[in-house]
Amino acid sequence: MLAALVIVFREVLEAGLIVGVVLAASRGVQGRNGAVALGVLAGVVGATVVALFAARISDAFDGRGQELFIAGILLFAVLMLAWHVVWMAEHAREMTLELRRLGSEVAAGKQSLFALGAAVAIAVMREGSEVVLFMMGIVMQGKDTAAELLIGSGIGLLLGAAVSLVLYLGLAAIPLKRMFSVTGVLVTLLAAGLAASAVQQLSNAGLLNILDTKVWDTSWLLSQDSWPGRVLHVLIGYMDRPTGMQLIAYAITACTIFAMAYSRRAPAVSKQSSARA
Amino acid sequence: MNFRLAGRTAAFPRSLVFVSAAALGLVVAYQSVPPANASDEMEIEISIKDHKFEPSALKLPVGKRVKISVKNLDPSAEEFESKDLGFEKVIAGNSDAIIRLKPLEAGTYIFYGEYHMDTALGHIVAE
Repeated sequence: MLAALVIVFREVLEAGLIVGVVLAASRGVQGRNGAVALGVLAGVVGATVVALFAARISDAFDGRGQELFIAGILLFAVLMLAWHVVWMAEHAREMTLELRRLGSEVAAGKQSLFALGAAVAIAVMREGSEVVLFMMGIVMQGKDTAAELLIGSGIGLLLGAAVSLVLYLGLAAIPLKRMFSVTGVLVTLLAAGLAASAVQQLSNAGLLNILDTKVWDTSWLLSQDSWPGRVLHVLIGYMDRPTGMQLIAYAITACTIFAMAYSRRAPAVSKQSSARA
Repeated sequence: MNFRLAGRTAAFPRSLVFVSAAALGLVVAYQSVPPANASDEMEIEISIKDHKFEPSALKLPVGKRVKISVKNLDPSAEEFESKDLGFEKVIAGNSDAIIRLKPLEAGTYIFYGEYHMDTALGHIVAE
């Protein structure tokens, strides 16, 4: 039961942190909740499908299938998040004003909702498939009873969701004036971390062999295996033993998104400064 | 008030398309590069049975690429993982997987099966 609790908690937390950040970053976007709910649902369905075909995915491409698959969905998630950050940068000012004035939601393009849902779906699919595989294993062994497994997973799910909710509420408590800058930076770093993970997958598949030795080792200071290390790994892409290529991928992704968000950000509106009242 | 923004949708930024195309190009380019000299690479085998590794202690030479084929003989899946070596890979029940290690520095590296941390433990000593 404890094993189920820990595994489910960990995977739910890893997906939940991403969902929490994305939710906070898109406050005020109309249709956000629906897009995220749909994303979670699609992610759960996707996770089950991936788990069922795990062996076949893994065997594809001369045993490199799993790495290529994960790298592919991670890069797709990076694109979706980048798109989202840029879109939010364009509209943050208007949304801040709208939220203040009416507490109402702002109409968003369907495309940005797609990016939102897709990023959530990928996060849930990736972590969820591990949960499904783990559960299928437990059921097969018959070590735990179904009730124990259910209780353990249920507690793990609730705990993971609770921590993610705390993160979301913490972000949502940031004053509106700063919130979109904070969440924009957070989503950018999160995306950069995913890009670095994709590089690691490609490197593990033997497809990206340059600059693939570790540049530094801070595992003595903060291990990526520890809970704070895991959380920071998800949120800002913390790596205790990054390779040169991972650092490059991280830097390029972060700089590209920042630059695009900055250049496309909404021009200053003169009445904005007096909108405090 | 709401319809003010209705017409403004963010087109998929063009620079993102370029970045993704470049990334894809990079991957394809590397795929077409022939694999590292086969003689640099050594192959070993690890099996998983009853959620234990066999062998669970390995000695490997420093500075060589190593290809590990992992055979999961259990019916249940295992997540073969090592933070020390930088990989994690889910291996379905009754199936095989391949892990490619970069050239190792001297040292001890722990690996484990994340789904069965109480029994599935092992280490590699590189010297």
